[in-house]
Amino acid sequence: MELFFQLVITGIVIGSIYALLALGFTLIYKATDVVNFAQGELLLVGAYICLHTTVTYNVPFIAAFFLTLVFTFLMGFCIEKIFLRRMIGEPIISIIMLTIGLSSVLRAIVTIIWGTDTLTFPEVFSQAPIVVFGLSISQVYIYSIFAVAIFLGLFTIFFKKSKVGVAMRAVASDQQAALSMGIDVKRIFALSWAIAAVVSAVGGIFLANINGVNTSLSHFGLKVFPVVILGGLDSIIGAIVGGLIIGILENLAGGYIDPLIGGGAKELFPFVIMIVVLMIKPYGLFGTVEVEKV
Amino acid sequence: MNYTNCGNFKSDYSKDTALFQTGFSRLCIYSLLIALVVMPFVLDSYFIYIANMIFIAVIGAVGLNILTGFTGLISLGQGAFMAVGAFSAGYLSLQGMPFYLTIPLAGIITAVVGAFFGIPSLRLKGLYLSIATLAAQFIIEFIIIRAEPITGGVIGLSINYANFFGVELDDDFKFYFLAMILAVSMTMAATNITRSKIGRAFLSIRDNYIAAEAMGIGLFRYKLMAFAISSFYAGVAGALWAYYTTIITVENFTIMVSIQYLSMVIIGGLGSVLGGIFGATFLILLPEALQFISDFGSNYYPAITQIVGSLKEMAFGLVIILFLLFEPEGLVRRWKLTKAYWKLWPFSY
Repeated sequence: MELFFQLVITGIVIGSIYALLALGFTLIYKATDVVNFAQGELLLVGAYICLHTTVTYNVPFIAAFFLTLVFTFLMGFCIEKIFLRRMIGEPIISIIMLTIGLSSVLRAIVTIIWGTDTLTFPEVFSQAPIVVFGLSISQVYIYSIFAVAIFLGLFTIFFKKSKVGVAMRAVASDQQAALSMGIDVKRIFALSWAIAAVVSAVGGIFLANINGVNTSLSHFGLKVFPVVILGGLDSIIGAIVGGLIIGILENLAGGYIDPLIGGGAKELFPFVIMIVVLMIKPYGLFGTVEVEKV
Repeated sequence: MNYTNCGNFKSDYSKDTALFQTGFSRLCIYSLLIALVVMPFVLDSYFIYIANMIFIAVIGAVGLNILTGFTGLISLGQGAFMAVGAFSAGYLSLQGMPFYLTIPLAGIITAVVGAFFGIPSLRLKGLYLSIATLAAQFIIEFIIIRAEPITGGVIGLSINYANFFGVELDDDFKFYFLAMILAVSMTMAATNITRSKIGRAFLSIRDNYIAAEAMGIGLFRYKLMAFAISSFYAGVAGALWAYYTTIITVENFTIMVSIQYLSMVIIGGLGSVLGGIFGATFLILLPEALQFISDFGSNYYPAITQIVGSLKEMAFGLVIILFLLFEPEGLVRRWKLTKAYWKLWPFSY
């Protein structure tokens, strides 16, 4: 039973990072109809920038954290302005390929600057585990769960209460209506990319604190698909719930199925879930069902 | 943008779908074929190696173009289907079958697997389908690694060179002819498919599947057929690859390979057999050209050799982005414009 709880807790931590990534993905998809295959690379860039500022310039972690957020905000903004703006109205395959191209460029830049070796953060969170109900949990897990929860909460408030957030939801639900109500849709597009880059960077920084950074972190970008399919592509609450579910199930599969078949189940399991969801409930748990009219 | 000569008019439909529209195009194709036969006798083995890689890629890309370009079903699983082809060819050849049986059999096995993974395409479209094929990629990779008795697991298979009635196709030169003949005949077959009833059904599904269904085209049948044909091509390409390298591991067929093939189709031009050829040639030549430049540049700036891998990846991404932004219809459109320009040169107005 202890194994079970350990797996669930690791699952919640990883799942909350999936949730952040999926939140970014959903945000972009909702507002701009772009399927972002470069989500994992946004995470990667965020993780590396934070690591670089803390290690090379000896900036305290908290300051480096916020510097990274500012940087990734600008980066997301620029990516939208330079590349995605011209792709509005193009067929879906072009958009998919553009973000794939983007991901490969970003990954190449990262490897040119930082190489392929795994880099680790200086000890930000103390290594001593905390014992809760007889389970020892490392501190970085607790911090990341809290941080992710705070961020998810902040974004929920942002979308519900702030003017920009409401404008973003308006654009997501009906672009033309939003345009005619005086909302600057172009700015919203850029902003959704910027915010997506920021949330991915947050996920990246915590992942980097858990496992260290190397380019394989970008594989998290592909894991975002099971999450958003399960939760529903255009649902923010779906992204959060889906992230947690996939994170927990993945770790349970890793803990219970992997020893039986000798590994690999953990990586595969989310995609199997995804196929099942696609076959029986293609719009996910909370997604809007698209009604097709002739 | 279908430019034809003055006086080249058609009086019935069969002429409109003819393989060679004009006598000149027939002449061009025949001279290209002769050039392909003569080429290996002139070039050195490095260029023959590149040509072989291009032939393999052409088969895969033309196949994917039938699925993605003609039928409009986006697949991110071409790499995995190639793996199925390579491993089936490898397994059958270890059972003692000759290559002229294993290659078509590998194609057929892959076609069956492809059709199976194409079943979700009936319910899913666009983005959802591409994500489902992404899952297919991972599932097939997993199965191949797990099915150790057949595929050798992570280590993979090691097979003998193809044996053509006593002649071992063990170097670039000998392999060239096998690859060339397969690439040419499969390209030809693809061209013929696209101008047949099946090809027109594919196009109508891509353009408007509801209208296509209303006109009596069985969506399920034709979508599965598109998957099967495209996977057959992938399987043959994978089998060829297996005989070329003789060592088959699953690492050669990752998601990156699928992405690469999709990019070939995009860069070459969606919905055109010629596009598949152009795209494959371009994307095989690109890293080789970069390697050449970096070898040259390393005399002046030695550090370049360490980052050349990343530079290749960056160039790959940039090429995709630039094509999508500035030439979304791919190299085929460029080619047609160039042709049209030279036809009237020097009086282009």
